[in-house]
This record gives sequence, C-alpha cells and structure tokens, in this order.
Amino acid sequence: MAEVKKIATRDSYGNALTELAEQYPNLVVLDADLAAATKTGIFKKAYPDRHIDCGIAECNMVGIAAGLATTGKIPFVSSFAMFAAGRAFEQVRNSVAYPKLNVKIGATHAGISVGEDGATHQCCEDLALMRTIPGMVVMNPSDDVEAKAAVKAALDHEGPVYIRFGRLAVPVINDNADYKFELGKGVVLREGKDVTLVATGLEVSETLDAAEKLAADGIDAKVINIHTIKPLDEELIIAAAKETGKVVTIEEHSVIGGLGSAVCDCLAANAPTPVLKIGVNDTFGESGPAVELLKKYGLDSEGIYAKVKEFMK
Amino acid sequence: MDTLALKKTANEVRKGIVTAVHSAKSGHPGGSLSAADILTYLYFEEMNIDPKDPKKADRDRLVLSKGHIAPGLYSTLANRGFFPVEDLTTLRHVGSYLQGHPDMKHIPGVDMSSGSLGQGISAAVGMALSAKLDNADYRVYAVLGDGEIQEGQVWEAAMFAGARKLDNLVVIVDNNGLQIDGNIEDVCSPYPIADKFKAFNFNVVEIDAHDFDQIADAFKKAKETKGMPTAIVAKSVKGKGVSFMENQASWHGSAPNDEQYAQAMADLEKIGESLK
Repeated sequence: MAEVKKIATRDSYGNALTELAEQYPNLVVLDADLAAATKTGIFKKAYPDRHIDCGIAECNMVGIAAGLATTGKIPFVSSFAMFAAGRAFEQVRNSVAYPKLNVKIGATHAGISVGEDGATHQCCEDLALMRTIPGMVVMNPSDDVEAKAAVKAALDHEGPVYIRFGRLAVPVINDNADYKFELGKGVVLREGKDVTLVATGLEVSETLDAAEKLAADGIDAKVINIHTIKPLDEELIIAAAKETGKVVTIEEHSVIGGLGSAVCDCLAANAPTPVLKIGVNDTFGESGPAVELLKKYGLDSEGIYAKVKEFMK
Repeated sequence: MDTLALKKTANEVRKGIVTAVHSAKSGHPGGSLSAADILTYLYFEEMNIDPKDPKKADRDRLVLSKGHIAPGLYSTLANRGFFPVEDLTTLRHVGSYLQGHPDMKHIPGVDMSSGSLGQGISAAVGMALSAKLDNADYRVYAVLGDGEIQEGQVWEAAMFAGARKLDNLVVIVDNNGLQIDGNIEDVCSPYPIADKFKAFNFNVVEIDAHDFDQIADAFKKAKETKGMPTAIVAKSVKGKGVSFMENQASWHGSAPNDEQYAQAMADLEKIGESLK
C-alpha cells in the first residue's frame, strides 16, 4: 500500500494565505507572536508588508482586525484556538461579529492533538463558543485540500468566519480531481444503510477507517464530512438520519456544544433520532504525543469503531 | 475658530444629551456632558467629515471607546446634520436605530460599534494602521474614559500604537475623575495617566476639557507631532453644565425624572442666554 501523504492543516493555512495573496490585494494577516507555529510565517516571508505581528496581545489583535476591516481590508487573525476563540471571545463577539465586520479568524492548534503542551493549550471548546455568536460562520476542515478551500471560501464570504486548523499532520483524503468545496454543505464520503457517522476535522479520516472496520463486522456505515459546523447542512443530516435511523457524531472537541450538539439540535427539532456523541467527554486534556492522546481519549479509528459497535448492539 | 459659536453648539449638544436620556429613562448623562466640548470641537472644527456622505473613504474617523456616552456622540452627530435632532428622543426605544451603545450598522456617522470598554481603542488603532498601510492621510480619534483605562486591552493597544509610531492617531482621555463605584482614585487609581501614555511612546498633552482654546491647541500639537501617537488627557467635570449633575458619580448612569429634566434644561437655557 502506498504511503499516505500527511499534512497538518496549519501548514495548509499558511500556504493558502500566501497563494491567495495576489488574487486578494486587501488580504492582510495578523499574528500574536506565533507566526512560526500558526504558519503565517510563510505568508510573512512572501508579503512582509501585509503581515502584522501584534505581539502577545490577542484581544487587541482582534480589535485591530476589526478596525482594519472597517476600511476595507480583509484581515486574517491568527493564533491558537485557545486564545483566538477563548481569550478573545468577547472581542470577537462585540468588535467583530456584532458590527458584522469582514474579519477571518484562523485558529490553529485546536483540540487535544496539540499534544505535549497539554491542557492549557488544548482547546476543546472553540466550536461551541464560536457557534453561539450570531452570524458567525464556523469551519473545521478535514485535510490539506479542504483547509485551503476553506480559506478561499472565507475570503469569498462577506462577514466574520472562524476556521479551525490542527497541529498534527493528517492524511490527505480529498485530493480527487472532482473535489468541490461548498460553504455550508456536508459531503457524503461513504454510503451506508445501518448508521450515519457524522465527522468533522481530523476525525473524518479516522471515521473513514472506522467505517471500514465496521464493514468487516457487517455494519454498513454512511460517512458524512461536515466541514462547516455553522451554518450546518441540516437537509443532508436530516435525510441521512431518516435513512439510517441512527446517528453518531465524531469530533476532536468537547461533546458539549460542538458538532454533536449542533446535530442533536437539528435532529431533535426535525427528525428525532438516537444519537451517540463521540468527542472529549467534559474533561481537560493532558500532555503526550498527539497520536497517543487520540488513542487514549478514544478518538482514533479503533476507539470510534469500538463505540459505534457498542451503540449498534 | 469661532469660540462663541462652538460654546453655543456645545450647549445645544448638552440639551440633546439630557433630552435623549430623559426620553429613554436610562443612559449615561454624566460622561456625555463631560465630553460634550471635545466632541463638539472634533465634529464642528477638527475632523474631515461630511454629514451628507458619512462613509466617504478619506474621512477622519472617530471611535467612541467609552461607548456608554452614546447620547453625547448622537447629539453631536445630530446637531452636525447626520440625522434629525428630533430622533434623539427615540434613544433606547424598541425599534429605534439609536441603540444604547454606538451601532455602526445603523447610525449615520458612527464609525465603529462600541460599548464594551477597552475595545474601541484597538479598532481605532486598526483604522490608523490601515491608513498607514495605504499611505492615506485620514486621521483617527478615540475617546476613552478615565475609568475605562483600567481595562488591560487599552494598554495592549497603546503599546502597539506607540511601537508602530501611529502619528495619525489621537487618543483623548475624558478625565472626569468619577466612575460608577465612585472616585477613580478610590476604585483603582489609573494615575498618573500622562506618564503612562508617555511610557508607551505617546506625545501627551494635558488640557482643560472645557476650554476651546486649549482643546484647539492640543489637536494642533497632535497634528504637528510626527513619529508618535498623541494622547490628550482632558481634565473635565462630570455632568458639566447641569448644576445638580456636576461632579456626582450617581449621574454616571441614571436619567433625570420630569422635574429634574426641567431643571437641567433651565440650567442649559441659562448658559445659552449668557452666550448671547
């Protein structure tokens, strides 16, 4: 079997900004002393005059972005998810979203796959926080191809957007010729009749692997990739729930408030269906290599497989 | 500059403030009245703005970082012709475009939504930075409260503005000495204010916020100063112009009843008479 290509979506972020800079002359990039980690350093090297390092002051950085946006710039604010969505939450809400300013938030190092830095830096609450803000678009791409497409989609969308990127290199799963990214549209990656597995971010590839293991046991799982948490592709999720009768959500995020909650909100109102939420179970993370942590917290393909198997009994 | 005309205008702005807050039965008259002369000077003398074209690209911008004094900004904008003065009585009413705190999406002349303290100055810094990136020559003004500068974000923004030498930015601190819980020195003293901004590489000018000659001089100095932003620390009287509101923290965020409103308007009428 050929070696699977792996790229961290934070790299995709830095590369996409750089590749799109010429086409979008109003694009500017802000960082808070993390350009080497968020990969906006790639952009900085190519466009030093359009990269603004704000120092370690995320709240001010978001406010500066808001001010830039009032003058027609399209600022990408970059930091770790913990600080972009967590520390600067109120600035995002009041300075960006309330006036509907055209600010994009590129949040890297989301979830427990941050790894060794541990719980203080492993943000598992960002999707919940961002999705509560009126008018906010929330994206969580699954691989390099999708991450770059999400950056482009954010540029073409007028208004605030939050995009979640990861630190861990993840398999490239969308490098097919007919790949098309549509903001707010889920993607069916595998057809199945017994259960629908709705995954987001780096859990999409883990879920595809889990679906193969389930198939070997005679469980035919449909797999949907939700790269846009808000607005959610409700039509697709409702149809899949009606079709398979059971739904499982998989995310590298708290089971409170993220994809699982969004799917449950949707189904409770439209098509009540038993749902299993797989994610981080109302707990903080810890230090360790990312791959080992994903395994420990049951968020690798083995863990997903085991939980779905139990759910299907 | 016609100082007498500015004084008359500022007095009309003050009437609009108490009228709006009285009609709303809530709001922030004290700080609105203390900043009324500064706001009047900015919109009637200093800023390149056009009430008929509130969004023109090369306009000067103002961010009311102390957003709770929205009545002060609205009354100034209305008197300047951005919208009808009569609309001030709709302040804070359901369905009115005059929201409790500045709303740039719906109010002509408002350059930034604000109200959560400490955030407006960052947006102003972003606007000033944008002018520098584009080699545009518009200027940006941010009005802050002296209580507001207890917010840490103010100093993040000041550090950035000083480091980036944003000489197109003027920060005005309305130093009326009072905040909700009382005297700013008793609550959590921000003094010495001038030294703090100097330490962040600002040109600092200290003035009497109710003396138009000093106000004009300060903004002139700001314009002449290159390579660093300017902070104007403006010593003011909270509730200025309304006898029973002056220097009273209790009038930070409460509205006059009908009787008090009549008294306030009588005070301002009297000031108006003295300016004839």
